[in-house]
Amino acid sequence: MNTTKVGIPRALFYYQYYPIWKTFFEELGVEIVLSDHTTKSIMDDGSKTCIDEACLPIKIFHGHVMSIKDKVDYLFIPRFTSVSKKEYVCPKFGGLPDMVRHTLKDLPPVIDTEVNLRKSGKNALKAAYEVGGFFTKDRNKIKRAYKKALESYREFREKVKKGVLPCDILDKKLRKVKKYDVPNLNIAVIGHGYNLYDRYANMNLLDKLIDMGATIITVDMVDGETIKKHVKVLPKRLFWNFGRKAVGSSLHFLERDDIDGIIYLMAFGCGIDAFISDLIERKIRRNKDIPFIVLNLDEHSGEAGMDTRLEAFIDMIRWRYGNEGNVSAYG
Amino acid sequence: MKVTFPHMGNTYIVAKALLDDAGVDYIIPPYNNKRALEIGTKIAPEMACLPLKINLGNYIQAYEKGADTILTTGGRGPCRFGYYCEMSREILNDNGFNMDVITLEVPQDGFTELLKRIRKVAGSLNAFKILKIIKNTTIVAKRVDELERLTYKIRPREIRKGSTDKIYNEFQKKVRDVKGSSQILKLVEVTKSRLLRLEIDKDYKPLRVGIVGEIYTTIDPFSNFYIESILGNMGIEVDRTNTVSGWIIEHMLKAIVPFKKDIRYKEAAKPYLGTMIGGHAQETVGNTVLYAKGGYDGVVQIYPLTCMPEIVAESILPAIERDYNIPILTLIIDEMTGEAGYLTRIEAFVDLLKRRRERAEIEQNFALSGN
Ligand code: SF4
Ligand code: SF4
Repeated sequence: MNTTKVGIPRALFYYQYYPIWKTFFEELGVEIVLSDHTTKSIMDDGSKTCIDEACLPIKIFHGHVMSIKDKVDYLFIPRFTSVSKKEYVCPKFGGLPDMVRHTLKDLPPVIDTEVNLRKSGKNALKAAYEVGGFFTKDRNKIKRAYKKALESYREFREKVKKGVLPCDILDKKLRKVKKYDVPNLNIAVIGHGYNLYDRYANMNLLDKLIDMGATIITVDMVDGETIKKHVKVLPKRLFWNFGRKAVGSSLHFLERDDIDGIIYLMAFGCGIDAFISDLIERKIRRNKDIPFIVLNLDEHSGEAGMDTRLEAFIDMIRWRYGNEGNVSAYG
Repeated sequence: MKVTFPHMGNTYIVAKALLDDAGVDYIIPPYNNKRALEIGTKIAPEMACLPLKINLGNYIQAYEKGADTILTTGGRGPCRFGYYCEMSREILNDNGFNMDVITLEVPQDGFTELLKRIRKVAGSLNAFKILKIIKNTTIVAKRVDELERLTYKIRPREIRKGSTDKIYNEFQKKVRDVKGSSQILKLVEVTKSRLLRLEIDKDYKPLRVGIVGEIYTTIDPFSNFYIESILGNMGIEVDRTNTVSGWIIEHMLKAIVPFKKDIRYKEAAKPYLGTMIGGHAQETVGNTVLYAKGGYDGVVQIYPLTCMPEIVAESILPAIERDYNIPILTLIIDEMTGEAGYLTRIEAFVDLLKRRRERAEIEQNFALSGN
């Protein structure tokens, strides 16, 4: 018997939740068809099809859908309204299945189950029942699959919190610990997971930094309690899950004395980045003299320009330490 | 304490009624203008949406006239509007403008905190008085909206071109000099009867266009280059579902007094956009369907560049355009938008609508003649 094939675009929340989805579908005996890593043609297809005004990550998502839609029985595009209490993701995540459906033609059925944990985390199981319902009537089986999926997610999160990059876990990539003849730097990189871990979209930003002798610390590696503690200083609660985590982590980075520089990676056209990067920049500039840059990704970003800025940034940090004569952070 | 508030179309009239009645000292920022936008653009994040930029310009222009406290509303997301207050606070602070920002919303600390904030502005008013003021303010908002809606009907039908605009502009000038809800309401009535006395072509059947989109740019004439007046003067009757009163009820009053909201648009949006995703995306989609069903000739969507919910709506509108065979024009506004190019697009759209109607009439005559 042929198994049912579910298509998952390797974009947006793939970088955050794939371990859940993978285990869940596999436990239900469903075959996953994952789109390839982003390529030029995926990005171009997405940009050509999507409305101009959409942000880069949404365009890339459309490109991924196009690359697998004809090979699968279902497309998995859940409607992520909220992944956390009293918080939202982004209006575009809430409308994603509708955007895709009305932009692309000849789609297989779309599994567009709403995930809305704004009021209660229990709604996650409800969503799981709905998704599982496409493949089996056995609710116990779905529940078991969901429990296992959560287990996989927990393992994934543990590794990330220990400092392993999510993209390395997802790609099963083992990094050799290289020896550098310069001292190691700790660089915090802030941004949406789908910008940080999509190597094509960000022109290999993380690998480049690592090659320059940096250890990368991302928002995903900061634990929830630490973030919670730090965002308390905000006069008004941030209602975007990413925004709250990003601001909380940044404040935490500012407090640590082993962080040598902070990079904010933002996507062109992202409404949330526009606010969050600005807020973070203000907090950083007000509180501490730490090297900080904002890098902007869009379809037309030139790799050379970004490389130059990165190198200048790292050089500047090293130069500072050279001048001060106190190299603080040996890896 | 001298209070000020951001502009958005006729909101200032309602704010004025409220603050007059409450006896609060305030300054209305100079009506939206180029310089306000320039100031805001300079100090706001580049990719912030246009309303934040204009708001900041308003605050600074009011500051120059002596205001020290900003009164604004908030929200709980998912749209950026809910964080405007905090962004403004931070940006003004960093740029050396020492202004207090008071957000009238039900904050996480609940009602008591809201009352505390109201008291901070309004002093020792008792609850009964506050409720009465709110009631009168709501009436002002509704009457002003009705007056605006009346201009939509008269403008395309007026015999002497420009007469509606003239009366309406006079109203907006005079309203600054009258005090309190009762005088404002009187002025609204006077203006209304002046408009009703205008000579109109009763048999004229104008093309009808619905305006949908992001709330600020649809309501605020400065941001949309007075589109309602442009279309009206081209002989087109417009309608707009986003209104000042609707906005005030949604953002400030809903929490205090129960209101029934017209939610037909939700049903209409369902086949296209299943849920509330923030901003007015669902209204945009749903009302476009309602306009199409209601026999309108076209729909114009307006939104500021990078507006998240409207981008979702825009990608859905072509499906409605196809399903209902109704032309839709999307206008995206930012500080770089040139008036000339913008007007050309509107004119081309109107031409298209006119040609469609002519074609339809010819076809109808053809059918009637029995050939
Ligand atoms: S959070 Fe930003 S990048 Fe992500 S979908 Fe929303 S607007 Fe686009
Ligand atoms: S609706 Fe659009 S313009 Fe208004 S705050 Fe939200 S993103 Fe900005």
